[in-house]
Amino acid sequence: MTGGNLILDAVGKEYRTAGAPVAAVQDFTLDVGAGELHVIVGPSGCGKSTLLGAVAGFTDITSGRIDLDEQLLCGPGRPTAGIGPDRVVVFQDSTLFPWLTVADNVGYGLVAQRRLSRRDAAGIARGRLQEVGLGDIAHSYPGELSSGVQRRVEILRALVMEPAVLLLDEPFRGMDAISRSAMHDALLQIYDKFAVTVLFITHDIEEAVYLGSRVTVMTTRPGRVKTTIDIDLDRPRDRGIITAPHFRELVGEVSDAVRDEARRAFDVGEREMVR
Amino acid sequence: MSALSSETIPLTAPSSAGISPKPRRRRVLSPALPLALLGLGLFVGCWYLTVDVLALPRFRGIPGPTEVIREWVSPDPAYGTSIFTLSYYAHIWASVRRVAIAFTAALFTGIPLGLLLGWSSRFRQYAFPVFELIRPIPILAWVPLAMLMFHTREGSVIFLTYMAAFYAVTLNTLLGVHSIDQNLIRAARCLGAGPTTVLRTVVIPGSLPYIFTGLQIGMGVAWFSLVAGEMIAGQFGLGYLINASYTTTRYPTIVIAMITLGLVGFASSALIRFVGSRLMAYRARSIGS
Amino acid sequence: MTAISSRPVLLRRTEKVETTAFRRGAIGIVIFAAVWEFATRLNGWVGIRVPLVAQLPPPSAVVVDFLKLAGSPGYWNSWSLSFQRVLAGFALALIIGGTVGLLMATRPWFKRMAFPVFECLRPIPPLAWVPIAIIFWPTQELSITFVTFLGALFPVVLNTVGGAEEIDRRHVLAAQSMGASRSYIFRRVVFPALLPSLVTGAAVGMGITWEVVVAAELISGGGRQSGDGGLGFLVWNAYEGNNLPRVVVAMISLGIAGYLSSGLVRALGNRLMPWRRVAS
Repeated sequence: MTGGNLILDAVGKEYRTAGAPVAAVQDFTLDVGAGELHVIVGPSGCGKSTLLGAVAGFTDITSGRIDLDEQLLCGPGRPTAGIGPDRVVVFQDSTLFPWLTVADNVGYGLVAQRRLSRRDAAGIARGRLQEVGLGDIAHSYPGELSSGVQRRVEILRALVMEPAVLLLDEPFRGMDAISRSAMHDALLQIYDKFAVTVLFITHDIEEAVYLGSRVTVMTTRPGRVKTTIDIDLDRPRDRGIITAPHFRELVGEVSDAVRDEARRAFDVGEREMVR
Repeated sequence: MSALSSETIPLTAPSSAGISPKPRRRRVLSPALPLALLGLGLFVGCWYLTVDVLALPRFRGIPGPTEVIREWVSPDPAYGTSIFTLSYYAHIWASVRRVAIAFTAALFTGIPLGLLLGWSSRFRQYAFPVFELIRPIPILAWVPLAMLMFHTREGSVIFLTYMAAFYAVTLNTLLGVHSIDQNLIRAARCLGAGPTTVLRTVVIPGSLPYIFTGLQIGMGVAWFSLVAGEMIAGQFGLGYLINASYTTTRYPTIVIAMITLGLVGFASSALIRFVGSRLMAYRARSIGS
Repeated sequence: MTAISSRPVLLRRTEKVETTAFRRGAIGIVIFAAVWEFATRLNGWVGIRVPLVAQLPPPSAVVVDFLKLAGSPGYWNSWSLSFQRVLAGFALALIIGGTVGLLMATRPWFKRMAFPVFECLRPIPPLAWVPIAIIFWPTQELSITFVTFLGALFPVVLNTVGGAEEIDRRHVLAAQSMGASRSYIFRRVVFPALLPSLVTGAAVGMGITWEVVVAAELISGGGRQSGDGGLGFLVWNAYEGNNLPRVVVAMISLGIAGYLSSGLVRALGNRLMPWRRVAS
């Protein structure tokens, strides 16, 4: 499985409101290479999630275009991309189906889209769970598991569909620091193994630098690309690099870029856009 | 083994193999059983006191607990109804049958309608106002129209019962669909599920808790309407029995029928709860509540 | 750069969507009325009897009869009679039920004693109590009030107790840690937290109250002069007099009355809960 090449070209999204239309995203251009782990960082309300939604097909765009491997996802004449298993989203809050076991959850897409029988899908799911060391919980229900394990299951569920792009919308938000760093390493392990294109949204700068191949800083609303920073740290990444000077430099670089935007957003009193 | 065997006797009784602690939480009553019994005892005691012992003026006509119980379990009841008479069970069956028919109909019409109303906002915009306009009309106000529509007493009583349950089921199903996190549906679609698959695999399982609440409420109001309907227009049935016993001054039978109604109503709700807990077994196993 | 709106963006529907909803709802109602009119008139026009609904009165006849009734004081008298009965039973249920519910919520020993009794009595439909009530109470009005009271009692108590279980313990703990007295905690923490559930219970109880009043008026309906009973009695009276449009008028009146009273309960409840009016 190889990741897809995702190209956003001057993407814009305007909302019509009671008053003047409000631009959430404007003139956003980005080229995410195949197999790249690209992180988008920005202050609250800058439109990161809107962008993700546009790529996933949940919302439409009002200008520009998005292409995946040279196929048009959405653009002129086709405002909304189809929702499909080539781009799978992992949300902030768990969307595992509480009434299905872990194995059935992971196999859900295989049954829904590829028409496998439930038994076959569960078998494949169990295999995948085994590979990442989660074989024991195959028959548990999500409600019985800790949030960290749930997140890993959810990411696995997405990857079982062999998507071209994996979209992660602040997936580790709200987790405590210890669980979070464990999740980072789990994600990197999966990433190194599956080589899928990842679009990762966060507002945690250290997380961005630790995980990303490249980091894009987004401006406040209307969101556009402020700058993109190459993270030239070797993979596989080790927790130890956090104190390394180059890591800290990169974090500083990203911080500076973000700080301006964050202050601007703060002054204007923007609130997080309600999803 | 002979009694003189030198084998040591275990200090604790061996636990039966295979019984694991129930994962479900125990009912609130269990640790407080003595208090519960005290409360019930006080209630029955007051009843006994006011009627049998003190014979207070207001309470003179009311049958006391001793009279009721004596009558209820007597093989040859003075007023004609006890657990040994066939008519008792005939009345119970008449009522249960009506509720069963009405409730099943409400289930099969209310759940699909509720799902449709919840799922399609377009349909809801057209249909819900009509639904909401009719809903406030008390069920019993339908009695005359029901008689016009169904001509038979049986039909109109069942119709009334159906209406009451139908509304509760539909409304709660609708709420259930709305309670589902939008992201769950998006996740399913990302994974390749089409709209009907989403309906089948996400919306319906996700609404089940609310649906079952609706079913329980529906069962409760069904009994309410049934009794009213039977008292007004029925032949046979527990509601009819209450009314008839009153007009023929068989007062202990009134109380017998009331208690029976309570028991049957409780049993039917418990049955629904039981089915629900089976279908939603995953809830019992979740961390926290 | 386009001007950035400094107001938070509301991602709710635009006004346009809301008028669409209104329009569609109105269309739905019109279609319903049209089908009703058509189905009931079909017999007279073409001789086809639509099953079930053929004998129902058409909406046009209902409207005509309503206009006639609206002028007569007896009709509005029925309103007030029914309302009186509803209010009496409901007020009692609220006072007694609210108190019992609050007692159960704050005193666990009382709850453990009283709740089983409560749960045993609850499955008995309120109307099953009618004969006992008639035997016990000297007047018919009192027995109706008693049964009405019973009907509304259970939802009020149930919701109050349920609301108590949902109170965030931390609020109570916070108040205690600031040195608040028990009565203060009750007045300013527990009671306001219970209010939403209590109001819901009251609204549900109000609905049941109407059901019971109508039932009682129907059951005891025979024998009284017209214009001398409540709206429930009006329904029955119209039926016996074969005035079918009036039956429907009475039904709709009852619907409106029930809707108004539930709305009133909720409105009063909202006034008691000013903190809920803050837009989120």
